[in-house]
Amino acid sequence: MNRELHSFPGGLQIPPHKELSNSKTSLITPLPERIILPLQQHIGSPAVPIVKTGEKVLKGQVIARASGYVSVPIHASTSGRIIDIGNYTVPDSLGLKAPCIVIEPDGDDAWFEIKPTRDYLSIDPKALQEVIREAGIVGLGGAGFPAHVKLNEGMENIVDTLIINGVECEPYISCDDRLIREKPGYIVNGARMIRHAVQAKHCVIALEEDMPEAYAALKELIDDDIELVQLPVKYPQGGERQLIKALTGKEVPSGGLPIHIGIVMHNVGTAAAAYRAVTRGEPLISRYITVSGEVKDPRNLQVLLGTPVKHCADQCGYEVKEGQAIILGGPMMGMYVNNMLMPVIKTTNCVLVTSTFNQQPEMPCIRCGQCAEVCPAELLPQQLYWYARAKNHDRLREYHLFDCIECGCCSYVCPSNIQLVQYYRKAKRQIMQDEQTMSGANRARQHFISRNDRLAREAQEQNEEMLAESETDETDKQSFIQAAVERTRAKRAQMKKPEKQQDHDE
Amino acid sequence: MTNEKIIISSPHMHAATSVNRVMTQVIYALIPGILLSVWFFGAGVLIQCLLAVLFALGIEALMLYLRKKSLGLYLYDGSAVVTALLFALCISPYTPVWVNFIGIGFAIIIAKHLYGGIGNNMFNPAMAGYVFVLLCFPVYMSAWPMPLDTTDQHSTFLQTLSIIFTGPSSVDNFDGLSGATILAYTKSQISGMAMVSEIRNSPLFGSFAGKGSEWIAIAWIAGGAWLLFQRIIKWQMPVFFIGTVFIISLLFYWYDSDIFLSPVTVIFTGGIMLAAFFIITDPVTASTTPFGKIIYVVGIGLLACIIRTWGAYPDGVAFAVLLMNAAVPLIDNYTRPRVFGEAKNG
Amino acid sequence: MIGILIILIFAIAIALLLNSSRSQTPEQDKLVDRVDALLPQTQCGQCGYPGCKPYADAIMHNQADINQCPPGGRNTIRKLANLLGREIKPLNPVHGKEGPKKIAYIDEDICIGCVKCIKACPVDAIAGAPKLMHTVITEECTGCELCVAPCPVDCISMLVYVQGGRRVKLEAPMRVTV
Repeated sequence: MNRELHSFPGGLQIPPHKELSNSKTSLITPLPERIILPLQQHIGSPAVPIVKTGEKVLKGQVIARASGYVSVPIHASTSGRIIDIGNYTVPDSLGLKAPCIVIEPDGDDAWFEIKPTRDYLSIDPKALQEVIREAGIVGLGGAGFPAHVKLNEGMENIVDTLIINGVECEPYISCDDRLIREKPGYIVNGARMIRHAVQAKHCVIALEEDMPEAYAALKELIDDDIELVQLPVKYPQGGERQLIKALTGKEVPSGGLPIHIGIVMHNVGTAAAAYRAVTRGEPLISRYITVSGEVKDPRNLQVLLGTPVKHCADQCGYEVKEGQAIILGGPMMGMYVNNMLMPVIKTTNCVLVTSTFNQQPEMPCIRCGQCAEVCPAELLPQQLYWYARAKNHDRLREYHLFDCIECGCCSYVCPSNIQLVQYYRKAKRQIMQDEQTMSGANRARQHFISRNDRLAREAQEQNEEMLAESETDETDKQSFIQAAVERTRAKRAQMKKPEKQQDHDE
Repeated sequence: MTNEKIIISSPHMHAATSVNRVMTQVIYALIPGILLSVWFFGAGVLIQCLLAVLFALGIEALMLYLRKKSLGLYLYDGSAVVTALLFALCISPYTPVWVNFIGIGFAIIIAKHLYGGIGNNMFNPAMAGYVFVLLCFPVYMSAWPMPLDTTDQHSTFLQTLSIIFTGPSSVDNFDGLSGATILAYTKSQISGMAMVSEIRNSPLFGSFAGKGSEWIAIAWIAGGAWLLFQRIIKWQMPVFFIGTVFIISLLFYWYDSDIFLSPVTVIFTGGIMLAAFFIITDPVTASTTPFGKIIYVVGIGLLACIIRTWGAYPDGVAFAVLLMNAAVPLIDNYTRPRVFGEAKNG
Repeated sequence: MIGILIILIFAIAIALLLNSSRSQTPEQDKLVDRVDALLPQTQCGQCGYPGCKPYADAIMHNQADINQCPPGGRNTIRKLANLLGREIKPLNPVHGKEGPKKIAYIDEDICIGCVKCIKACPVDAIAGAPKLMHTVITEECTGCELCVAPCPVDCISMLVYVQGGRRVKLEAPMRVTV
């Protein structure tokens, strides 16, 4: 089956540097001294702890339950003792702390009782969704969106195509590449399983042309039911909307989701993890990550979630040097961190050690328009930059600020070295905050108006009561006077009668 | 004292580009044309270029200091040098030094820095400076050296220096050394009811356009090709500009070939080629949207032809550029491209 | 001559184009709503008017200046100036100082249940009844501080509002002041 490939707008060719890490087999990282598991490793509501400090847990045991629909549970990555539930530094660009459960491994790595499901075809898709949710599966491509939500969408809409995204477009990162090469069965069967769950008509696994071994490994296992497609290398082809455009020629509507055009997309890692969860009963407790850049032995690792980043880097011969930067994620979209004790979480895909990151000063914009040429979302980064600086939120919305995928292409080509993506992130945050404030202000206005109305009503009712009371007073008074007058008349009449009689007798 | 925490934002890689690199490439692309101009029009061209660059850097340094901007960062970005060179190539090689200084001063101080400095100026500084001296000192702007091979009289290097630094009267046969540009000559002859066919016989004309300036125009094309190759400019702007000028002159030529020059002559004379690759492509003052850029250059082409034909000045490119600079915000607003995923009619 | 004609036609065409897309000037009373929409709805009275809508009315009738709202601060002054075409001025210190948003907090150990604060709150953000515990509904509190004075036992304090656990003000893309 030859699928006609399209090209998405913009994009860049950037040096991939994948050969540093993609040729060695992945190393299973030994147990660290501490496992730090943030309660929020996904988009949605953070998980709620169900264990207490001091409790002993087993590998794969649920230690925090999901809260709400868009949420997943957290599992212990290894057996050990809970030594703290508190705030620790987590992968966050501001280096802020968030609630985490900390486990001290006991070295046994003893598994919890796992319940594999032999045949996923026999399970109802709804039940399948539950299993995947309870296993804590989220999008491992970097976004961390709970996987079961996307599965559910498939049940309410007709899914035309399921795309398994193996396009690792960011430089240095090769963890998906290694995962496919080492465990192709998981990927292929995972794809089949998800296809069954969403009842997709077509299923495509997408790779880039610089992953020939991965292609070969998958080719052996697929039948005609799955299409295996190799795309020409271009950044950011792995982005959801860009990949959909490249594979199908369709564009996801601005502000909409892929499901609105009948497409569901999952990362290869997510598919593999989902398959493991269903057929082996194992929850998501480890993942592949790449450690690359200026380390002695750059390679991929299979890491337990919650392992501190330093521990992973040490496996690859990391040495602390002056002027080095640690980046979690790829060089285009990753975040700079300065604390290596933060843990690897579900959405971590790479630890990059580099000393050549961009530190040039920012010059004024020369309006060259290079940014607009490379934007894969066909936005006008220049106008967004001006409006972001002017804090003109109306115009930012008009120019589709929220369609920006923060891929970094615009900043990459800017001759004036403007940190465009940072301006957009700040503007997005500001707009969302302002919306919250605005809705709060609207509520306050409503309450103020209702309260004034209520007080006015109460005042009116009081007035009416007083008026009514004073009216009855008047009538009472009148009748009282009337009665008194009549009594007096009667009395006088009574007194006059005996006097007349006296006169008559003489 | 506040604690400053530096957030280093993604992306952490950068393309090997900078403002300095862009400007340097533009300067390289100007060199062939400058050399040919010197060949045809004498050392005056080079002297004007050097003077302009010196003045520009000096005035720029002063303005940066007054505006409290970092000299190390902004002085070496090359933009002042490019402005100076473009200005020097528009003015006559015989321009007195003080006129050159005033022009550059206007360009850098008023058109560039008072409008906000690099990236923020609305009008092309080189064109603004040129128009300023053109309007204020028209006499000095109209005395050009005769191109090589048109006359036996050529000013020596020392004579040129003398003209520039002490004024035309310092040289005895200045009238013999200078003349009108080909466009000015044509214009005055046509208003004197001469026919183009006669005018074309004048020694000022070369094989297909103005003597000397036809080859310089080709040098500009070569420079432009280098910029295209380096991806510093895109092909749409020069092509649509030259196309517009060509088509309009063609229409005029068909209308009456006696009073209008042929389109080939038109596009190879005056500042058309220089403008096409170096002036209209200035990113700061041009439109920013893809479709807007086309409207912008078509507008310049149209206005240049109109001013050339009906205006008082022989070459209307500079005015056309400034007028379209003013229209850029409007053009940008109305030519916003469709965003990825936006409905085509929404 | 023809040149002038061509440019004249250009100019008229562009003028028509501009005119058709420009929005009409808003009517007087709709403008008052737009001014009110820019005010923070704290209903605190610091501007000198008994609520945000009366202040908006006063601005429209030129009885009040646009720089009298401390909860709105510089942002609101700027937005009002842009909307009404008036000069941006610094906040008038007579009416108060600009500061971070605060929420009222009732110390329940001290509260005596006198409902004086409930009656004072302009947006009904305090829940409670006579002789029963009072508490501030934080989502509804606007930080107007009108409840603090009436309280006879002084049990209400104003705490700085922290949004989502991150109180970070990003000034420029590269630096954060902590």
